[in-house]
Amino acid sequence: MMHPSDQLSVPPDGRPYHDQPQWRNDFPIDWPQDELVARRDFTKFLVLTSFAFVVGQAWIAFENFVRKRRGAPPIRKIADLAAIPIGGAITFAYPDPHDDCILVRTAEQRFVAYSQKCTHLSCAVTPQVEKNCLQCPCHHGFFDLATGTPTAGPPRRPLPRIALQIRDGAIYATGVEVRA
Amino acid sequence: MMGEFFVDPNRCIGCQSCVAACSECDTHRGVSMIHLQYVDRPISVQTVPVVCMHCDSPTCAEVCPADAIKRTGDGVVQTARKPRCIACNNCVLACPFGVPKMQVEYSLMMKCDMCYDRTSVGSKPMCASVCPSGALYFGSREEMEKQRPQSQPVNTFRFGNQTITTKVNMMVPKQKPVEHIDVMSAMNEEPIGIEDPFE
Repeated sequence: MMHPSDQLSVPPDGRPYHDQPQWRNDFPIDWPQDELVARRDFTKFLVLTSFAFVVGQAWIAFENFVRKRRGAPPIRKIADLAAIPIGGAITFAYPDPHDDCILVRTAEQRFVAYSQKCTHLSCAVTPQVEKNCLQCPCHHGFFDLATGTPTAGPPRRPLPRIALQIRDGAIYATGVEVRA
Repeated sequence: MMGEFFVDPNRCIGCQSCVAACSECDTHRGVSMIHLQYVDRPISVQTVPVVCMHCDSPTCAEVCPADAIKRTGDGVVQTARKPRCIACNNCVLACPFGVPKMQVEYSLMMKCDMCYDRTSVGSKPMCASVCPSGALYFGSREEMEKQRPQSQPVNTFRFGNQTITTKVNMMVPKQKPVEHIDVMSAMNEEPIGIEDPFE
């Protein structure tokens, strides 16, 4: 079998290959060694990659289990109705402090709220009420303001919708609806 | 080993035949991989053909950050591999002989590969097959000895503190035996910052 130490080229310091740093064996100058994929290396790659997939599946199962145990998110007050002008928007965090969401008042009694993370690469979407859409400035993704479904650009999944409830002149978030 | 490359700059007459022949090659048509250099143009018309010397420790490959320059099993350093070359010019700057050239329109470093399509099947390189004065010769050591009894081949060069052993030979006069050829003595200015990284 061809081995990196059989290289024809001489390292600049002239020392033999077994005294050389590992990268010289990993990036040989000689073409035959560069082309060579050893059976052992290939097997190692296959085993480690398969193992990584198995670990990934186990992690997904664990995350699902934890999510189910957590139960429904709490009902939380977002703001008083008077604080939001018609056509205006406010941001809030729901259900966790790092889950940024956006609430838009499209008409007197019409509110929509979505997760602010674009479903493409998690940039923050900004509302454009006059154009009836939410825009993601990173890659020009557009979502429909009324439904949260993607209308243009790279995103393919709708924004998670925040379920809302209006009680006693204030607006409350009651749940997160993740849609595929 | 069917032949070796011998460069004898003393015999170069500057006819550009090698340049024309090199650009005829179908693997790089229109672009010459051999450089015909003037030694000191203001005072002399003496020219030197520069082919790749195919170093045992190719500096171009050593400095390549993209792992693109490879040496085939027969010791020939090839043009950068197109899928890997990032056109960074490191090899162009590092080569002690000034052989690699960046072909900007292809974003690829291209260099003399001793006419790999020809020499790998037993033919002579284009330049050596057309040189009328024998400044470029491809053949056996015995043939060379018979043709140039006054000269001997040298394949050790010094570039600062770097010692370079090459596959291609340079012909030097026999009457004054030399161990190596000092590449930098041909330069007009004193190089700066020369130090041995291995000491």
